[in-house]
Amino acid sequence: MADYSAEGKTPEVLFWVGCAGSFDARAQKVTKAFAKILTASGVDFAILGNEESCTGDPARRAGNEFVFQMTALQNIEMLNMYKVKDIVTACPHCFNTLKNEYPALGGTYNVIHHTQYMNDLLKAGRLTIEGGEFKGKKITYHDSCYLGRVNGVYEAPRELIAALDGQLVEMKRCKTNGLCCGAGGAQMFKEDEPGDKRINIERTEEILKTGASIVAANCPFCITMLSDGMKAKEKQEDIMIHDLSELIVQAKGL
Amino acid sequence: MSIGQIIFTLVVVVAFSIAAKNYKKVYRNINLGKDEDISGDEGQRWKNLLLIAFGQKKMFKRWIPAVLHLAIYVAFLFTQIELIEIFIDGFFGVHRFFAPYLGGLYTLIIGSIEVLSFLALIATVVFLARRNLLKVPRLVKSEMGGWPTIDANLILFGEIALVTGIFMMNGADVVLQQLDPEHYPSSGFLPISSINGPLLFGDLGLNALQLIERTGWWLHLITVLLFVNYLPISKHLHIFLAFPNIWYSKINSRGEMENMPDIMNEVKSMMGLVPEQEIDPNADFPEFGAKDVFDLSWKNIMDAYSCTECGRCTDVCPANITGKKLSPRKVMMDIRDRATEIGNNLDTGALKFISEEGRAANKTLSEDNYDDGKSLFDYITREELHACTTCNACVEACPVTINPLEPILKMRRYEVLTESAGPSDWLPMFTSIENGGAVWQVPDDRDKWAKEMQEDGTIN
Repeated sequence: MADYSAEGKTPEVLFWVGCAGSFDARAQKVTKAFAKILTASGVDFAILGNEESCTGDPARRAGNEFVFQMTALQNIEMLNMYKVKDIVTACPHCFNTLKNEYPALGGTYNVIHHTQYMNDLLKAGRLTIEGGEFKGKKITYHDSCYLGRVNGVYEAPRELIAALDGQLVEMKRCKTNGLCCGAGGAQMFKEDEPGDKRINIERTEEILKTGASIVAANCPFCITMLSDGMKAKEKQEDIMIHDLSELIVQAKGL
Repeated sequence: MSIGQIIFTLVVVVAFSIAAKNYKKVYRNINLGKDEDISGDEGQRWKNLLLIAFGQKKMFKRWIPAVLHLAIYVAFLFTQIELIEIFIDGFFGVHRFFAPYLGGLYTLIIGSIEVLSFLALIATVVFLARRNLLKVPRLVKSEMGGWPTIDANLILFGEIALVTGIFMMNGADVVLQQLDPEHYPSSGFLPISSINGPLLFGDLGLNALQLIERTGWWLHLITVLLFVNYLPISKHLHIFLAFPNIWYSKINSRGEMENMPDIMNEVKSMMGLVPEQEIDPNADFPEFGAKDVFDLSWKNIMDAYSCTECGRCTDVCPANITGKKLSPRKVMMDIRDRATEIGNNLDTGALKFISEEGRAANKTLSEDNYDDGKSLFDYITREELHACTTCNACVEACPVTINPLEPILKMRRYEVLTESAGPSDWLPMFTSIENGGAVWQVPDDRDKWAKEMQEDGTIN
C-alpha cells in the first residue's frame, strides 16, 4: 500500500491478509491461492504488509477491550491515512470486525469477504472457472459463524461450488443452523473447558456422515479446526479441508 | 346488586391488585439494569413485531412444537373475546351478554373458540407427554431440575383447567338453552358443546345443569385470575414480555459488540489522537464489564424475564452439545433469578443489604447502596463463560430474540478488564497483539508470502 501511495496510485482493492493468512503455514496457502485468483482476474490489489495489525477480534471477544481498541485504532489510523475505501479479506473474523465494529471507532469502509469477491468476479466475467476437475465430486460446505450466521452470507460460497460443477452435499446443520468449528470467541487461543468431546470432533463427525471427500471452508480457523478433527479421525488422507479459493486455483490449474 | 356480582367484583379486584404489585416488581427488577437508549429503525421493529412476535416466525424452525404452540397461542388470543363476555356477565349479573346482539357471528366466535380450545387441549397433552414421558432432551437438561419443571407442568395443567371450564360451561349451557330458553339465549350450533353437552349432561335436571354451568364458568375465571397472578413469578411471563422484548431487540449487526467509549477515548488520548485527558486523582478505579445485574442493561434483564426456558438456545450451543457446562438458557435463568433475589431483598429494606459505606452514612436501602456480598458470578461460573465460542447460534435460535451472548461477553469484560483475570492461555495472545500486532509471537514479516510469490514470479 505504501508503494501505491508513494506513486500516487489507488489500488482497486486492499487485500486484508490477517494474522492467520500472514503467518500460519496452512492459511498462507489460502492467501497465495487468493492472490493468484486476483492476479488471474486482473485485479490491481495492494496489501498493507507490516503496516497491518490484528483487527482485535479475539482480544475483544476474550473481553480485553483495551487491547482491541489499541490495535483497532492503529489500523483505522493507517487505513484512513491511505484513504482506503474497499477491503477484501479471506478471514471472516477480520471481515466482521472491519465491517461491523470499526465504524463505531471512526473507520468506515466497504468490506467484502473473499468468497463474495470471487463470486462477484465470476459474475462480472473477470474470473472464469472450469469445472472439469470437480465434476460430480461430492463437496460439503462448512458455514463459518462469522460469515454465515453473523453476517448472513450463505449463497455466494455455494454459488462458487456450483461454478466448480461439484455436487454440493449439505450437512444436517448448515446455513443459519451451521455448527461452529470451535475456534471462535478466542477459543482458538486457549484449551477447551472440560467436556465430553471437542467441538471440531463433533463437526468432523457430521462431515464424515455426508460422504463428501472435499470440504469447502471460508475461514482459516475453521480450516485448522476441521483439519485437526480429520487427523483425530485418521481421515486426513481421504478428506481434504480446503478454502474455496484453493479449489478454484486447483480447477484453473493456476 | 346480587350476591354473585359482589363476590365476582371482590374476587376480580383483589386478584388484579395483588397481580399489579408483582408486575411492578418485575418492572422494577428489569430497571435494576443500566439505562440504554434503544430507539430508531421503527420500520424494522414493526416488522419484527409482526413476523417474529405475532407471526411466531422463529418458532417454525421446528415444525412439531411450532404447530402445537400455535394452537395454544391462537386459542389464547381468541378466548379473550369470551373472557370479555365473562367479565361483562360477572359485573352486570347478566348471561351471555353478546349472544342476542351478535347472533350468527356469536355462534361463529364461540364455535371457533371451541375448536381452538380443543386443539389447544391436544397440544397441551402432547406438551405434557414431551416433557414427562418422551423427555425431549432440551426440556430435561440439568438446569431444568426442581422448580423449572414444576413451573412448566403447572402451566400446562392450568391450561387444561381453562379448557375444561369452557367445555363444562358451554356443554351445560347448550342443554339449558332447551330447558330454559328465557334465561339461556341460544348460542346456535357449537361444534363441540352441541354434541358433547347433550351426550354428557342431557339427562340432568335444571339444578344440576346450572351447577355445572356455574362451576365451569368460575373454574375458567378463577384459573385466568390465578394465571394473571402466577405469570410474574413464572417463566410463562413470555406471553406478555415476548412482544416488547422483540420490539426492543437489537437491530444493528449481530457481529458488532457494544463499543466502550470510555476505553476508546482513553486509548485515543494515549495514542495522541485526542488531547490528553485530565485524570482526576481522587476518582475510583473504574469498573468495566458486568459483575452483577446492575451492570447489565435493562434489555439484558428484560431478556431474562422473557425467557420461557424452551432451551432451543442450549440445544444448538456447540459448547453444550459437546458436554461443556455452558448453557445459554441457564445464563438467562441465572440473570432473572439474581435480579429477582436482589428485588426481593430490596423489598425487605433490611440494613444487612446496605453496603458498609451506606450503613456508615445512615442511608436507607436502595439499589445504589445494595451489597449482599454476592454477584452474578455466584450464579454463573467462569467455566461457563469461558466455554462460549460467540458463534451466535443461541441468538439465532431464540424465538423471542433473547441475546444470551451479550451478558456472557459483558461478564468476560469484567473478568479481564476489572479483575485482570480470565484464562491464562489468553495472556500470550493479548501481549502478542499489544506488542507485535499479531495474535501470535512471530519473527517473520507479514508479507513473507508475497515476497515468496514475487520471487517465483506468480505475482508482480
